[in-house]
Amino acid sequence: MSAPAAPVLQVRDLVVGYEAGRSSREQVQAVRGVSFDVHAGEVVALVGESGSGKSTTAHAVVGLLPAGGRVVGGSVRLHGGELVGLGAKAWQQVRGARIGLVPQDPGIALNPVVRIGDQVAEVLRIHGRVRRAVAARQAVEILRAVGLSDPESRARQYPHELSGGMRQRVLIGIALALEPALVIADEPTSALDVTVQRRVLDLLDDLTTRTGSAVLFITHDLAVAADRADRVVVMKDGEIVEQGLTAQVLGAPSHPYTRSLLAAAPQLAVRERVGPAAPPAGETPLLDVLSVSKTFRLPGHAGRTVQAVDDVSLSVPRGGAFGLVGESGSGKSTVARLVLQLTAPDSGTVLLDGVPVSDAAGRAVLRRRSQLVHQNPFASLDPSFTVARIIDEPLRSHRAGSRAQRRDRVVELLEQVALGAAYASRRPGELSGGQRQRVAIARALALEPDLLVLDEPTSALDVSVQAQILALLDRLRRDRALTYLFISHDLAVVRQVADRVGVLHDGRLVEVGPTDDVFDHPQDPYTAELVGAVPGRQADPVRTSTPTLERSTR
Amino acid sequence: MTGYVLRRLGAAALVLWAAFTVSFAVLYLLPSDPVSIMLDAANPGGTVDPAQVAELSARYGFDRPPLEQYLVLLGQALTGDLGVSVSSGAPVSQLLADAFPQTLALTSVALGVALLLGGTIATLASWSRSTRLRGALLALPPLGVSMPTFWIGLLLLQLFSFRLPIFPAVGNQGVASLVLPAVTLAIPLSAVVAQVLARSMRTAWDAPYVETALAKGASRGRVQWRHVTRNAALPALTLLGIAVGNLLAGAVVVETVFSRAGFGGLVEKAVRAQDIPVVQGVVVVGALVFVVVNLVVDLAYPALDPRIARTPATA
Repeated sequence: MSAPAAPVLQVRDLVVGYEAGRSSREQVQAVRGVSFDVHAGEVVALVGESGSGKSTTAHAVVGLLPAGGRVVGGSVRLHGGELVGLGAKAWQQVRGARIGLVPQDPGIALNPVVRIGDQVAEVLRIHGRVRRAVAARQAVEILRAVGLSDPESRARQYPHELSGGMRQRVLIGIALALEPALVIADEPTSALDVTVQRRVLDLLDDLTTRTGSAVLFITHDLAVAADRADRVVVMKDGEIVEQGLTAQVLGAPSHPYTRSLLAAAPQLAVRERVGPAAPPAGETPLLDVLSVSKTFRLPGHAGRTVQAVDDVSLSVPRGGAFGLVGESGSGKSTVARLVLQLTAPDSGTVLLDGVPVSDAAGRAVLRRRSQLVHQNPFASLDPSFTVARIIDEPLRSHRAGSRAQRRDRVVELLEQVALGAAYASRRPGELSGGQRQRVAIARALALEPDLLVLDEPTSALDVSVQAQILALLDRLRRDRALTYLFISHDLAVVRQVADRVGVLHDGRLVEVGPTDDVFDHPQDPYTAELVGAVPGRQADPVRTSTPTLERSTR
Repeated sequence: MTGYVLRRLGAAALVLWAAFTVSFAVLYLLPSDPVSIMLDAANPGGTVDPAQVAELSARYGFDRPPLEQYLVLLGQALTGDLGVSVSSGAPVSQLLADAFPQTLALTSVALGVALLLGGTIATLASWSRSTRLRGALLALPPLGVSMPTFWIGLLLLQLFSFRLPIFPAVGNQGVASLVLPAVTLAIPLSAVVAQVLARSMRTAWDAPYVETALAKGASRGRVQWRHVTRNAALPALTLLGIAVGNLLAGAVVVETVFSRAGFGGLVEKAVRAQDIPVVQGVVVVGALVFVVVNLVVDLAYPALDPRIARTPATA
C-alpha cells in the first residue's frame, strides 16, 4: 500500500446523551465531542476513571447504548461506512461479523442455561447460515483455538462449570469467530485474577495479531494499557483530555489530569516504613495465629470437602501491618473470618494479646478490641441509617457512654476520617464510594480497637480515592498505634501498606517475610509467578507501577 | 441427583400426611355429631333412638378415643379406603373418582389457557419497543387479578351464552361446555403469570448475556426467544406450583356458577350435610394434586436450569 491506509474505526465529535428525567426532554451528555481513530492491527486503549464516558463511547460504537442513551451528534465510521443512524437489520449484520465485543464480566456474560458450544455456534448460525451440525463442529474448533483443553467436552458444558478465565476465553472466541475488522474489549480482565489476566490478554493479543483486527481496549488500569496498547486515549468527564502513543502519554504526560492519575497509582517500588518490620524479641505479638485449618463441605457432593485454610500461622506485632495476598479462592477471606471468630477453625488457635479468643470470654474481648472493614462500602452500610447512627451503632451495642457522650464521639470520629460533623445527618446514598469507606472506617474505630482487619478495603474505589484512603489508613495507624491485618489481591496496594506479607495459595501460606524481600526476591515459585504477572512491568523497566483507576465491584 | 429426588419425595409424603392429620383434627373435633346427621338423613324430623345411636357409633368407631379413630382412619387411607359417606352411604373413593375427571379437565384446560394468555402478554410486553403498547399490555394483569372469579363467570355467561349464544351456559356436555368455565378460571391465573413473567423477562433483558447475544448480531426476536424466555421461565415455574392450589379452589366456585358436576358440587353438598368423610377425602385429594404438581415442578427445575443439576464441575 502506497497511501496511508484509512482507519478501521473513525470516531468524530461523538456526543452521547442520556435522558435525565422520565418525562422531561432534558439530557445529560455522557460523552462530549470525542474524536479518535483505530487502524488495522492497532490496539488503542481508552482509559479513565468511573464516569469518564469510556464505556459509553465503546457502547456507542457497537450501537448497544443502554435504554435512554442516544448518539446525538458526530459520526462513527467503520471502514468509511457511517454507523450512526443504522437501522436494526443493518446493525445485526455489523455486530458479530464486523465488530466483535469482548464483554466486561465473564461471570455473567454467558447465558447460564445454554451449553457453551451452542453459544459459540450461535454467532456462526446468525451470520454464516450454516447448518447446525457444521456450526457445532466449527464451535469446537473455535474453543480449541482459544486454548481450552478437551474442547469437545467443554462445548457440552454450561457456563457455571467453567472457571472465570475459561469463560473469558469462550467470550473471546465468540467475539473473534468471524474475524471482525474491529474488536472492542470492555474491561475484559477486570474481574479476573492477575495471573489469569495475563494469560487471557496474551491470548487476545495473539488472536487479534493473527486476524489483523483493530482493537479498542477499554480499561481503568493504566498498567494494562501500558503493556498492551499502541496508543492511549485518556478520558475525563466525557471528554478526551489527552491522546497519543503509549510511551508518550504515560511516560511524559502533558495534561495535569493524566499526571495526577499516574501519581495516585500505588507503586510497586520501595517506600518508607511506618511500623516495626519484625516483632521485637520478647514482646507478645498483638495477633498470633497458630496453625489454623478450616475445611468446608461442598454442597451437593456428599462427603467431598475443600480445604479452605491449611495450617496457616502468622503473627502481627502491636502497631504492625501484615499484608495477606492471594488470588480468589486462596482462602484469604476465610483467614479473616477465622481471626475474627466469625467461623470456628477445625484446628489451631488464634491469640489476641496472648489470650485465646475461642472461648466466650476471649470472644467478648475480641469483639471489642478488633474490628472489620469490608470490601464493598456500597453494601456494608445500611442505606436507611444516617451516618451518625451507623457510627453510633457499635457504641450503643457496647453501651459506651451516655447519649450526649456518644454524639460527641461520633463527631470526633467523623473528624478523624476527615469528613466533619456536617456528614452526621446524611445517608449512605448521598455519599461517594470513598466517603462511604471513610464512614465504615469511622465505625470500625468507634470502640478504639487495637486490631483492624481490612478485607480489600479499596478494591471498589477509583485510584485517586484509593490513594486518599490508603493515606488515611497510614495516618491512623501512626497516630493511634493501630495494628492491621490487610487483605488484598493487589500487590501494589499491599506493598504500600504492609510491613510484612504472607502469600496464600490454595489455603497454604507459601511465603512469609518482610514486604520488600518477598516482592523483590520471591523464594516460592508461586510468589514469583504472581509478582511477574503484575501488569506494567514488561514495557518499561523504569515504570514498575501498577496504576489502577477504578475497579469493578462485581 | 438421586438424593434430590428422594428428598423431594419425602417432603411430598410429609405434606400429604400433614393435610390428612390437620383435616382430621379440624373436622372430627368440631362440635357436630355425625351419628345424628345420619339418622336425620334416614328419617328426617324423627325421634332419636339411643340404642340406634350407640349401635351406629360403634359401627363407625365414633365411640373410641380420637387417637385410635385417627390411627384406624390413617391405616385405611393408606390402603386407599377413605371410608363411606355419612349421608349417602356410598364409598368416598367412589364419589371422588366420579367427580375428579370433570374437575381435572376443567383445571388443566384452564391452566393451559392461563399459560398461553399470560405468556403471550408478557412476551409481547417485553419484546416490544413501543412504550405505549408495553404500558397497555402491562395494565391488563392488575385488572385481571382484581376481578372476582364469580363476576368474570357471570360476565362471560351474559356475553357469550345469553347475548351471543355461542357456548352453553351450564352442564358438562362436551368441549363447548368447557370453554366458558375454563376461561373464567384462567383469567386470574393468567394475570399473575403475566405479571411474574413480564418482570423476570425485564430483568433478563438487562442481563449481560443479552448484550453478548446482541453483540453477536442476534435480532431482538431471537434474543427474546432463545435467551430471555428460557431464563425468565424459571421464576414463573415456581409460581405455577403454588397457583395450582388456587386453581382447585377457584374450580369449586366456577363449577357452582356454571352448574357443572365435579368437586365443586361434591364439596358444596358434603359441607352442607356435614358429611365429614367426604370433606376429608376432598381435602386429601386436593393435597395430593398439589403435591404431585409441585413434585413435577421440582423435578423439572434441574432439566431447565443446569445450575441445579449439580453435575460435578470438571476443573
